[in-house]
Amino acid sequence: MRLVVGEGSCGLAAGAGKVHTKLDELFGASNPVNAEVTITGCIGMCFLEPIVDIYEDDGTLHRLVKLTEEDAQTIYDAVVSGDLSKVKDLEITDEDASFLSQQTRIALRNCGIINPMSLDEYVAAGGYDALSKILKDGMTQDEVIEEIDVSGLKGRGGAGFSTAFKWRAAKASEGTEKYLICNADEGDPGAFMDRAVIEGDPHTLIEGMLIGAYAIGAQEAIVYVRAEYPLAIVRLENAIKEATERGYLGDNILGSNFSCKMRIKAGAGAFVCGEETALIESLEGKRGMPRLKPPFPAQSGFWFKPSNINNVETYANVAWIIKNGGAAFAAMGTEESKGTKVFALTGKIKRGGLVEIPMGKTLREVIYDIGGGIRDDKEFKAVQLGGPSGGCIPAELLDTVIDYKQLGATGAIMGSGGMVVMDESTCMVGMAKFFLDFTAKESCGKCIHCRIGTKRMLEILDRIVKGEGEEGDIEKLEELCYAIKDGALCGLGQTAPNPVLTTIKYFRDECEAHIKDKKCPAGECVNLITYSIDKDKCIGCSACSRQCPTNAISGQVKSPFTIDADACIKCGNCKTVCKFGAIVVD
Amino acid sequence: MGCCMEKQSDLSLIRETLDHYKNIPGSLIAILQKAQDIYGYLPVDVIYHIAEETGVAPAKVMGVATFYTQFRLQPVGKYLIMLCQGTACHVNGSELIESAIKDELGIADGETTEDGLFTLKNVACLGCCSLSPVMMINGETYGSLTPDKTKNILRELAKEGGAKE
Ligand SMILES: Cc1cc2nc3c(=O)[nH]c(=O)nc-3n(C[C@H](O)[C@H](O)[C@H](O)COP(=O)(O)O)c2cc1C
Ligand code: FES
Repeated sequence: MRLVVGEGSCGLAAGAGKVHTKLDELFGASNPVNAEVTITGCIGMCFLEPIVDIYEDDGTLHRLVKLTEEDAQTIYDAVVSGDLSKVKDLEITDEDASFLSQQTRIALRNCGIINPMSLDEYVAAGGYDALSKILKDGMTQDEVIEEIDVSGLKGRGGAGFSTAFKWRAAKASEGTEKYLICNADEGDPGAFMDRAVIEGDPHTLIEGMLIGAYAIGAQEAIVYVRAEYPLAIVRLENAIKEATERGYLGDNILGSNFSCKMRIKAGAGAFVCGEETALIESLEGKRGMPRLKPPFPAQSGFWFKPSNINNVETYANVAWIIKNGGAAFAAMGTEESKGTKVFALTGKIKRGGLVEIPMGKTLREVIYDIGGGIRDDKEFKAVQLGGPSGGCIPAELLDTVIDYKQLGATGAIMGSGGMVVMDESTCMVGMAKFFLDFTAKESCGKCIHCRIGTKRMLEILDRIVKGEGEEGDIEKLEELCYAIKDGALCGLGQTAPNPVLTTIKYFRDECEAHIKDKKCPAGECVNLITYSIDKDKCIGCSACSRQCPTNAISGQVKSPFTIDADACIKCGNCKTVCKFGAIVVD
Repeated sequence: MGCCMEKQSDLSLIRETLDHYKNIPGSLIAILQKAQDIYGYLPVDVIYHIAEETGVAPAKVMGVATFYTQFRLQPVGKYLIMLCQGTACHVNGSELIESAIKDELGIADGETTEDGLFTLKNVACLGCCSLSPVMMINGETYGSLTPDKTKNILRELAKEGGAKE
């Protein structure tokens, strides 16, 4: 019997480590059935963490969810007695299990299944087969690139550029000193696909990168990981060490003429470093400011040598494609976008986590069928794709098909995979301001359009949410948006207006309500709302007045309370604690 | 150099790091990261020392140190609260958590409590979005926060940290 604890960062944050320690204690003291306790990366069902999978010897899986430290004893008793009906109450429901069964996992094929700290488990799952196929059966560089071309794989980092095209360009570049780089900066706040891949299946990344390095002729590979992912760095370091010891990395890999070493570079916190040329500057130890393109990295990249740079998820598909053939990958998806895409589904969603689906599904299928719809049965309002470079897609476009072209047509973008769902209580103007605040802070300052343009936009949005919006503000914003899009040096500035443009396009009414009526329909902008108590609903329990930090709420117990509007700081504490829905926000 | 500095740092602590990266070009960020690990922040005299040893102009070293949000030029409290202000956390109420922290500790983003116990820093996405709102304190992640839960966590830490002082 094998017990596998889901230990991605998210599982650990939910308390998986404590469950694991407890299990270790119990089985350490006495283990009559020789059960093994190990770990795996993020299973992707973050809404059910902490999770422990029990595999019986015949392979039958019992997935136990939402565990606490105390449940460890129950699990132990069940395992030791051999009577797994004892953990029946902890098992995942069929409904929740459908979160996974509706997915098609390629990039995440091993995540949540194998132990990320074990090369043996990766190999047992068919890992490094693709690399052997290339090196032992003698696929040429061009044959590898051709296979990727057939697959139709496009970059998963956001821009969706053809991977084969980039590899071909890097291979064709003059010179013998070339670099292969992985972009694991994952800057979109609200996205964690790349973290999950590295934490859950680091060898998939290594194998994909090695295949890329072989194809373009690079002898050195570098993974640029963002600073906020310490666990990913630990697991990847271990994987690189193990792979090197076992001859999958280093000189004469698997006895061939191909040599390649790999190292990790930890980022230091700057969103713009996700942009490929800024990332290269950062790798060279400088301020991460983008370079002018062309020349593209394929011609002149790291230390001005030909370099290829791809996203984590892009590389995570590569070994699968080589092993199963490009055509098998291309068989999934739409005419325009092939294969699968991983999304990090979060926000006001019932079932949040990692979702990998074939291109061509609709947003509705992901949000409702897989994600289970909106939490607390509220109204769906919008879904944000592409983070600070993307936009908010409204309810009427929920049937939009997920592929690069059709998502792009909405004004949002596919992006790297962040999918943040919002309900009626989220203010869309506030959301636009949130992203502008982010881009204005993260703008590197090299070009004026981005540095000053985003600041001016932020000032206007700030006025609007404060109730100081003026007639003509929307037009002024639009003008700035187009000027910044045209004038900015890099993708950060060029796409920074997208959140604002989609908000104006789809939520113009809400913008105008802020400007003209000085109202926030979502009830979020503190300057535009007032709190009051519905006398008919209030039973006078005094819960709200005890939570009020400014003592603005008063009354007699058992009769309706009132709020002193002048003293109210609109913190929302009262609304959170009121069990009777008596707090009215207007 | 060093004339008007308040505090002298023990520069020998960074010797090994400087030697290690001596012949690896482009290592400035890695050196600064190590330095921050060692000193807890980047003291000015250490920045000058790194500049001298690596041959990079002090202004450039300072340029890099101020470009990246990870680097600090001031010491931080015993507990560094990294409060996520990413999209998912924002949608799920990270602002309420921020006011709870302000309420409890009386510090805003970037500030340290007078007793030197807590520093608050807003960050963008800790990658645990499904548990939003989220904060990380000295490497430990706390998810699904509510204002009350946050205050309790801080009180626990204050008790622990204060006791060991
Ligand atoms: C501001 C900005 C931030 C970016 N952040 C990321 C990122 O975090 N991860 C990523 O893979 N690509 C990011 N990109 C895209 C990269 O520049 C580049 O297109 C990508 O890494 C190429 O890999 P791919 O072809 O596999 O997608 C960003 C681009 C811009 C303009
Ligand atoms: S948005 Fe807060 S952890 Fe991702």
